[in-house]
Amino acid sequence: MALSTEDIKKIAHLSRIEVDDNEAAATLTKLSGILGLIEQMQAVDTTGIAPMSHSQDISQRLRNDVVTKTNEREAFQAIAPHLGNGSTEPAVANGLYLVPKVIE
Amino acid sequence: MEWEVVIGLETHTQLQTNTKIFSGASIKYGAEPNTQACEVSIALPGVLPVLNKEAVQCAIKFGLAINAEIAPRSVFARKNYFYPDLPKGYQISQYELPVVGKGAITIQVPAVGKNPAYEKVINITRAHLEEDAGKSVHGGFDLEKLDEAKWDEPVTKGNFTGIDLNRAGTPLLEIVTEPDMRSAAETVAYAKKLHELVQWIGICDGNMQEGSFRCDVNVSVRPKGTGKLGTRREIKNLNSFKFMTQAIEYETRWQIEALEDGGTIQQATVLFNPDTGETRAMRSKEEANDYRYFPDPDLLPLEVTEADKAAVRANMPELPEAMKARFEAEYGLSSYDASALTTSRDLATYFVATVNSGAEAKQSANWVMGNISAKLNAEDRTIAASPVSATQLAQLLKRIADNTISNNAAKQVFEVLWSREIDVDEVIEKLGLKQVSDSGAIEAMIDEVLAANPAMIEEFKAGKEKAFNALVGQAMKASKGKANPAQVNEVLKRKLSAS
Amino acid sequence: MINSSLKQLGEMLQAKKISSVELTQSFLSRIQQYNPDINAYIALDEAKTLTQAKAADALIASGDTTPLTGIPIAQKDIFCAKGWKTTCGSKMLANFIAPYDAHVITQFDAAGAVNLGKTNMDEFAMGSSNETSYFGGVKNPWDFKRVPGGSSGGSAAAVAARLCAAATGTDTGGSIRQPASLCGFTGLKPTYGVVSRYGMIAFASSLDQAGPMAKSAEDCALMMNVMAGFDERDSTSLQREKEDYTRDLHKPLQGLKIGLPKEFFAEGLDANVGKVIEGAIAEYKKLGAEIVDISLPNTGLSIPVYYVLAPAEASSNLSRYDGVRYGHRAESYTDLMDMYCKSRAEGFGAEVKRRILIGTYVLSAGYYDAYYLKAQQIRRLIAQDFVEAFKQCDVIMGPAAPSTAFKAGEKVDDPVAMYLQDIYTISTNLAGLPGMSVPAGFSTGSDGKVLPVGLQIIGNYFDEARMLNVAHQYQQVTDWHAQIPNLGKPNLVLPEELK
Repeated sequence: MALSTEDIKKIAHLSRIEVDDNEAAATLTKLSGILGLIEQMQAVDTTGIAPMSHSQDISQRLRNDVVTKTNEREAFQAIAPHLGNGSTEPAVANGLYLVPKVIE
Repeated sequence: MEWEVVIGLETHTQLQTNTKIFSGASIKYGAEPNTQACEVSIALPGVLPVLNKEAVQCAIKFGLAINAEIAPRSVFARKNYFYPDLPKGYQISQYELPVVGKGAITIQVPAVGKNPAYEKVINITRAHLEEDAGKSVHGGFDLEKLDEAKWDEPVTKGNFTGIDLNRAGTPLLEIVTEPDMRSAAETVAYAKKLHELVQWIGICDGNMQEGSFRCDVNVSVRPKGTGKLGTRREIKNLNSFKFMTQAIEYETRWQIEALEDGGTIQQATVLFNPDTGETRAMRSKEEANDYRYFPDPDLLPLEVTEADKAAVRANMPELPEAMKARFEAEYGLSSYDASALTTSRDLATYFVATVNSGAEAKQSANWVMGNISAKLNAEDRTIAASPVSATQLAQLLKRIADNTISNNAAKQVFEVLWSREIDVDEVIEKLGLKQVSDSGAIEAMIDEVLAANPAMIEEFKAGKEKAFNALVGQAMKASKGKANPAQVNEVLKRKLSAS
Repeated sequence: MINSSLKQLGEMLQAKKISSVELTQSFLSRIQQYNPDINAYIALDEAKTLTQAKAADALIASGDTTPLTGIPIAQKDIFCAKGWKTTCGSKMLANFIAPYDAHVITQFDAAGAVNLGKTNMDEFAMGSSNETSYFGGVKNPWDFKRVPGGSSGGSAAAVAARLCAAATGTDTGGSIRQPASLCGFTGLKPTYGVVSRYGMIAFASSLDQAGPMAKSAEDCALMMNVMAGFDERDSTSLQREKEDYTRDLHKPLQGLKIGLPKEFFAEGLDANVGKVIEGAIAEYKKLGAEIVDISLPNTGLSIPVYYVLAPAEASSNLSRYDGVRYGHRAESYTDLMDMYCKSRAEGFGAEVKRRILIGTYVLSAGYYDAYYLKAQQIRRLIAQDFVEAFKQCDVIMGPAAPSTAFKAGEKVDDPVAMYLQDIYTISTNLAGLPGMSVPAGFSTGSDGKVLPVGLQIIGNYFDEARMLNVAHQYQQVTDWHAQIPNLGKPNLVLPEELK
């Protein structure tokens, strides 16, 4: 599967990682090498083999529906990132996390 | 050309649990922002999900209620996308293997104009467990701290959204139908039926204002008679049945007009604006979604055994259909009455409690659906909040049955009971509504009436029926309305024929 | 004292020959002396560490102790430790002070151990040389020009240079065993699910497993007694009886069947490394073990499979680093999309970004079946290879890494060459099996540098106690594990008899 820089940019956008043209080109070379390695899999006939997601064949354990968590907002918001753009204030107000306006 | 609208629903029902689906954080509504956002809710590095047993049981209950297949093994998957109210950058949901498979719900579509009422089976494709996202709050918070920042347009003070993650991780059961509905009326009938059912089985509080029951409606249109489905647009997050009707009707018209103008429909997610009554496409969902679903490696397959199902079934309430049939058989109610009494579990419970307290079934049904319902509707109360309890109502109905009071007097007593906490017999006593059933007293009174109205007796004998009614009226008046009318009738008839 | 075993240190502490504070201070001063060169630690907090040491001394005074009470342990910076900077080797979390404790940290705290500091690592554990760390590379104590291996490179260098009594690591594809081999000490990756992942920052959830990195098998066993155990907060944590991992240490090895997979001795293995491994096998024969030739035919596929599954899981696991709630947010941004893309572009290093991109690609629409699903199918084939192999032998042995420590910068620009470092270790992660690396001798490189070589021991599920026995018995008749690098003269010249 040959990748193009356009593909790199598309994947980078899906991943929310900014890449400029130079980075995209450099990434393309390395990713192509890695994908070449991955391509070895295609030679294997896997017809009828069940995919393996977990190494142990066990089922999900269930948790009792009991409140075990307390309010730790203060501690959690103490590590909020800075607002940026010249402000070193934490990006929180009135207990809410602040982000640039979400447009619906 | 005649058009046909094709509608399918995806309903997010918030499950009635104490805690989130994957953590022990409370899900109480209305808490201060982020005070119920634990380390799992805000997706701190290193945290892991553990599935809530109660949420699984709610899903099984629903599956059993709609006679669906319950998957012996279902899988949680990650749906990957970035959004500030989605702290992990993925939503844990079920994708290829949902816990509840195919089932069905029978709906009653009410009569509209000349079109009679009818029943229809709506097929349920699947129902799966997933976690809710947080909430975006626009405005209403203190942004003074932004003053010192130097923003480049378009990020300016006031251009910020606040994120509250209290709701993030709330358990949801997403119930998906086949595209089986053909009108807004059918859609609303289904939504209402589902709304009643999830409350009936106790898995959802049904509170639409608080977002406990949210519907996404997929609407497409096609020329009537064609088999192929048209391109659909999804109306997101409808939280009232009224808006649902408005939105579907608007969207249907909009799509038909677009097609008739020679245009095509683009698949889109749209929002309904209750102020304008219109739908519009969301801007943020423009880019093609590629959710990159894959099985969540932090969770193992969910197994539901026959024993698990049996345990849930043992704790399930009688379902509305079964209860309706029982009401008909056990109490001799009409299909209509039985159906009306089983629209909600609280209503049915109230009715049964009234009967069990000694009231006659048919009369109980009439009062519950008549006087009680009218009052509740007028005051926008639920039956659970009725000021007149089932025992009180039964007591009142017993007083009619044992001839203590008349039907009319009972309505007066009911009015008093509704507004104050008081015993039925005390009201009857205080209002002096007790009927006179003492035959000696009634005979003496009628003798007086007959003596005072010889002309009426003549008229009666001349064959004028009205004269009899006038005599009854005189007798009731003389008793100040307290005489038992049936007894008055009987005594008067006897005396007239004897004279 | 710095070379004493955990058992000896424990005995000295309990006999009050030294205090925990003294012991801790002696390590802290060694760290002060050597860490500026070696860069094994990212975060040190003397005050916190000494507070714990004082508390440990109080426990010892009161007689309320465990074998690890008062012993200073280095923690890989992947474990959240409340109040400690927890960076995972990334700029993204450079200022992240963890507000909660990982299960592993809680376990060490409960045992009365002392947290000596947080060790350097490849960014988000993605690397085999520790060169992807935002906090700079780590020097191999045997040759400062060389890498210590990775991703647990800081813990590896700290153990080898005796900058801690023992350390923790995590192993997703070889991150405990490969550095143990390159730095010459004993490291164990347990069966997946034996040590809770709660609070351990996720790289590839279905493969990540924490384990001990220490001076000997006996030390690893004591560490395992603290680290292993059920944790209800991790759905993949296995509910098993608590084990004493020291219980089998002294069993003789007579009749032990050792499987040698031919694929582990084929092309790609450095000839000198191969000789050292053969020497170790010869030693085992002397101890009464039998050698069985086996085959793990799909070994070669483990790297392609791993580089689909691990990046896929990682791409999703790392989506939470979005600059909203914690971690790096870009200093300047114009809107939400810009904030996301800049924060992540700035916060992640080149290798992490590469893996996110690969993971996103293999999960994206149209490629899922060809990559992700295919990889999961081959994963089963690889696991089945081991099931077959363990029908013929008790443990499997081979090299832990294809070569001795390579020079810093040598493979940085060639990710594929770097990935091949884990050729012998990855398959056990895919199968979920336990694996160890045990010092087995030294190899002289082309430039005359004498560098350690690790023997890998792979056991069946839950066979950690037996593997520790197998390693311990070897360490009773050899002293490779007791060799220490001369930090004053990093280019150690070994005495003739050790060559």
